[in-house]
Amino acid sequence: MTARRTFLLGTITLAIAAVFSGPAAAQNTIKIGEMNSYKNFPAFLEPYKKGWELALDEINKSGGLLGKKVEVISRDDSGTPGDAVRTAEELLSRENVSLLMGCFASHVGLAVSDFAKQRKTLFIAAEPLTDQIVWNKGNHYTFRLRPSTYMQVAMLVPEAAKLNKKRWAIVYPNYEYGQSATAGFKKLLAAKQPGVEFIAEQAPALGKIEAGAVVQALIDAKPDAIFSSLFGADLQKFVREGTQRGLFKDRPVFNLLAGEPEYLDPLKDETPAGWYVTGYPWEQINTPEHSKFLAAYRAKWNDYPRLGSIVGYSTMMSAAEAIKKAGSVDTEKMIAAMKGMQMDSPLGKFSYRALDHQSTMGAYVGRLALKDGKGVMVDWKYADGAGYLPSDAEVKAMRPAE
Amino acid sequence: MSAFQERQNEPDLSLSAIFVQLLNGLAAASSLFLVAAGLSLIFGVTRIVNFAHGSLYMLGTYTAYSLVQWFGGGIFGFWGAVLLAGLSVGLFGALVERLLLRRLYHAPELLQLLATFALVLVIRDFALWAWGPEDLLGPRAPGLEGAVAILGRRVPEYDLFLIVLGPVVLGLLWLLLTRTRWGTLVRAATEDREMAGALGVNQAWLFTSVFALGSFLAGLGGAIQIPREPAVLTMDLSILSDVFVVVVVGGMGSIPGAFLAAVIIGVLKAMCIGIGNVSAFGMEFSFSKLTLVVEFIVMAVVLVIRPWGLFGRAQGVPRGTASVEPPLSLPSPGMLKALAAALLALTLLPLVSDRYTLVLLTDILVFALFAVSLHFIMGPAGMHSFGHAAYFGLGAYAAALLFKYALPMELALLLAPLAAGLGALVFGWFCVRLSGVYLAMLTLAFAQIAWSVVYQWDAFTGGSNGLVGVWPAQWLSGKTAFYYLALVLCAGGALILWRILYSPFGYALRAGRDSPLRADAIGIDVRRQQWLGFALAGLFAGVAGAVYAFSKGSISPDTLSIPRSVDGLVMVLMGGIQTLTGAVAGAAVFTWLQDTVARQTEFWRALLGGIILFLVLVFPQGIAGFLRERWEARAGKRQS
Repeated sequence: MTARRTFLLGTITLAIAAVFSGPAAAQNTIKIGEMNSYKNFPAFLEPYKKGWELALDEINKSGGLLGKKVEVISRDDSGTPGDAVRTAEELLSRENVSLLMGCFASHVGLAVSDFAKQRKTLFIAAEPLTDQIVWNKGNHYTFRLRPSTYMQVAMLVPEAAKLNKKRWAIVYPNYEYGQSATAGFKKLLAAKQPGVEFIAEQAPALGKIEAGAVVQALIDAKPDAIFSSLFGADLQKFVREGTQRGLFKDRPVFNLLAGEPEYLDPLKDETPAGWYVTGYPWEQINTPEHSKFLAAYRAKWNDYPRLGSIVGYSTMMSAAEAIKKAGSVDTEKMIAAMKGMQMDSPLGKFSYRALDHQSTMGAYVGRLALKDGKGVMVDWKYADGAGYLPSDAEVKAMRPAE
Repeated sequence: MSAFQERQNEPDLSLSAIFVQLLNGLAAASSLFLVAAGLSLIFGVTRIVNFAHGSLYMLGTYTAYSLVQWFGGGIFGFWGAVLLAGLSVGLFGALVERLLLRRLYHAPELLQLLATFALVLVIRDFALWAWGPEDLLGPRAPGLEGAVAILGRRVPEYDLFLIVLGPVVLGLLWLLLTRTRWGTLVRAATEDREMAGALGVNQAWLFTSVFALGSFLAGLGGAIQIPREPAVLTMDLSILSDVFVVVVVGGMGSIPGAFLAAVIIGVLKAMCIGIGNVSAFGMEFSFSKLTLVVEFIVMAVVLVIRPWGLFGRAQGVPRGTASVEPPLSLPSPGMLKALAAALLALTLLPLVSDRYTLVLLTDILVFALFAVSLHFIMGPAGMHSFGHAAYFGLGAYAAALLFKYALPMELALLLAPLAAGLGALVFGWFCVRLSGVYLAMLTLAFAQIAWSVVYQWDAFTGGSNGLVGVWPAQWLSGKTAFYYLALVLCAGGALILWRILYSPFGYALRAGRDSPLRADAIGIDVRRQQWLGFALAGLFAGVAGAVYAFSKGSISPDTLSIPRSVDGLVMVLMGGIQTLTGAVAGAAVFTWLQDTVARQTEFWRALLGGIILFLVLVFPQGIAGFLRERWEARAGKRQS
């Protein structure tokens, strides 16, 4: 009886083991592992997914890479670093992917970046904005596509300095992104405009702003101008309360990211005109490379692209270019290929810096306006990321030795 | 210190500024109160800890948004949409009660919690499917779009409307509860449910109607938010902790208490924001950042001073709702053999499995020990903890910090649990003075306070980004080696905890749970036993946390966040709270499901929720509980 039970248990264990271990990988395709927090940030990541799927289509239609078809194994990383690391492990050891790409939140991106270093795997971070991922926690295996928090702040600072406003109030979501945006803004603006004062700071919890009280506190501080790094629901609440209570009257406002369609479109006819923002005025960009992308995207998805679409598309294209240029899926060769690699993207040419693995992809800087009941960007220009990075010496000092 | 001039204004808190911030706080309090009142009613009568209450609120907002679009934005369109949204959520709540929760009233306690957790998952994916991923900002309220000048500041008319609405709803509820027969029945059932039943009150009907009313209030609370905030997919969980705090601070089941608590918390938050940054003695303190955690500090303080909240009273022990828990029997020889065989199989597994299986199993082992340690205090010690992740996270952070700043990995791993144990010793001292849901909420408050410290302390804990580079020593860096380490520590930890339950200390713990009075009478210091039990559970959660940190190579504040605590609860309940091995079964099944289901479909959350609902309905006694029943039935047949 007991012997039979033991046998039974053993069988079950083996059966489980058989279920757990995946199929042996066939190597007539090139597999790329993609992971993101799809369920946690769907507003950004659904367009992002459409973006890389479009790129993948284009790559395979033009014959794949190294004569092989490209396959992307996409996973939801559940939005926590612990699950993301396990997902990455699954992609590497069970799916035998050649490189990893993706990630949205900074803490998840950093965890995966460190995992990539441990497992000696190439990782192309798509969206995480944290400066740390290429600087003080940067490593040999990680490249990052998006212009970082620092870069986007630096893109807004020249306009801010031009206004020569003395008393600034700052509002930011209380986590690393908002904190570094704030610190970066203070440092850069003070360098350009000696004597500037930062008179009030509000740091609401992410997604939980008490907009009425925050707006009131800012009004009571009587600032000359406002710098904000709010986005998403926090931004919408802030805009509505601020408009109703008259906070923005005669006060210039600078808001990181607020021109991205993901965050601008929900504001509809309440878009605060005149704000200085970074964003993506997709409907007004007339460069050939963007028009081509726009047409292809619309044809495939019957929808307009958001910034996430650009990020997804360009990340996928970067991975493809790295493999093509390396002529192999060997990690070291791909890393060597990516250092200084030139890319054509819907936003124009950019490259991955050999120095810190940051891409020089830029962002659009402009002002918000209301047109036909919708928010749009006006007076915008493309700020090339290469022009908004600290000096090489500063970057070298921050980056750990390899 | 800095190259640029920086001067924080001293807080400009003129009386008029304070008054207007008071209005802001009251407006926020009103919305909070509506949602909290529903939760409080539901808990008072049905004793269900309704995790889906935030989801009902979210449904209210989304439904109202759609209805307003449909009706057009006129006065009748808008208010009709708000009311109808509340009513439809109420109807939905009634359906949930009749079709789902009704089947679970006789299951072991807290199982309804698991069912409502599954609902959270399903409803969130439903909202994503039905309304899409984009934030939806509704229109302003017709007739109340403008702002009124008060003391030279502009206050939105809608805020003033909300300030009035809160007390009006409070008054209506008070009338309903004190002046109608239905209200009398509700109060009777809140006071003593079994007595009300014995006197012939139709409980089924009462429960359904209370659940419907509670859901209506949640839906209405969500619907009236559309002029103030957009409908977003995360609003379910972000309001949930707030309303739980309000209900508990007010005293569960007390509507005026909920109102007072909502006002306290709403006003306090507004004041923190109004004060802003303050410099004193060369230190700068940001009251604005304090809003991250202020409600939990309030809850901790209130519960330490008043164990049943502001207006609450000692809860009667619910009688006869669930089957009385049988005493723990010593494991049968067959059981022991099965356990040994399972351990042997786990030991041999690396010979046949691939690398990823070991990684997944390492996760399962870690969560198994986490769940066993939670079960240790929830089951045999009878102390429900909603904040057990605090000790998991403390262990993880202690390991990471010791490793980063001072010690070799092996020592860090061994010493880290002591930090968790110490944390549990400190928090536990306060917690064991409470019981039931209040105890659970105090553990949650402490966990949130610990979380917020870790989240804010950038220089030491790495803040919201956490710490990276926490990898094991060279000889443990292989997945097989690390798997064996996890197996030894986690299985060993679980066995030690189980062994303790059969020691005199363990028997004393169970005596304290089953009859505190009698245990006291025979000379057991119940509170001290509970305190030590709490600390022990924290210690072993810390072991799990430390292993987790090194298995992932990085650590971030979500290791001690509410979702991690909830995961622990789900594992224990899924496995079966009345069996020792239940926690292990629950941890294995839940972790494995999360890993597998996420690969199957885009709507994996809904699928996971659906599976949990299925398990709850089929195995209300938990997976291990079900297996034990079958086992005992077979053994019984053989004997006869």
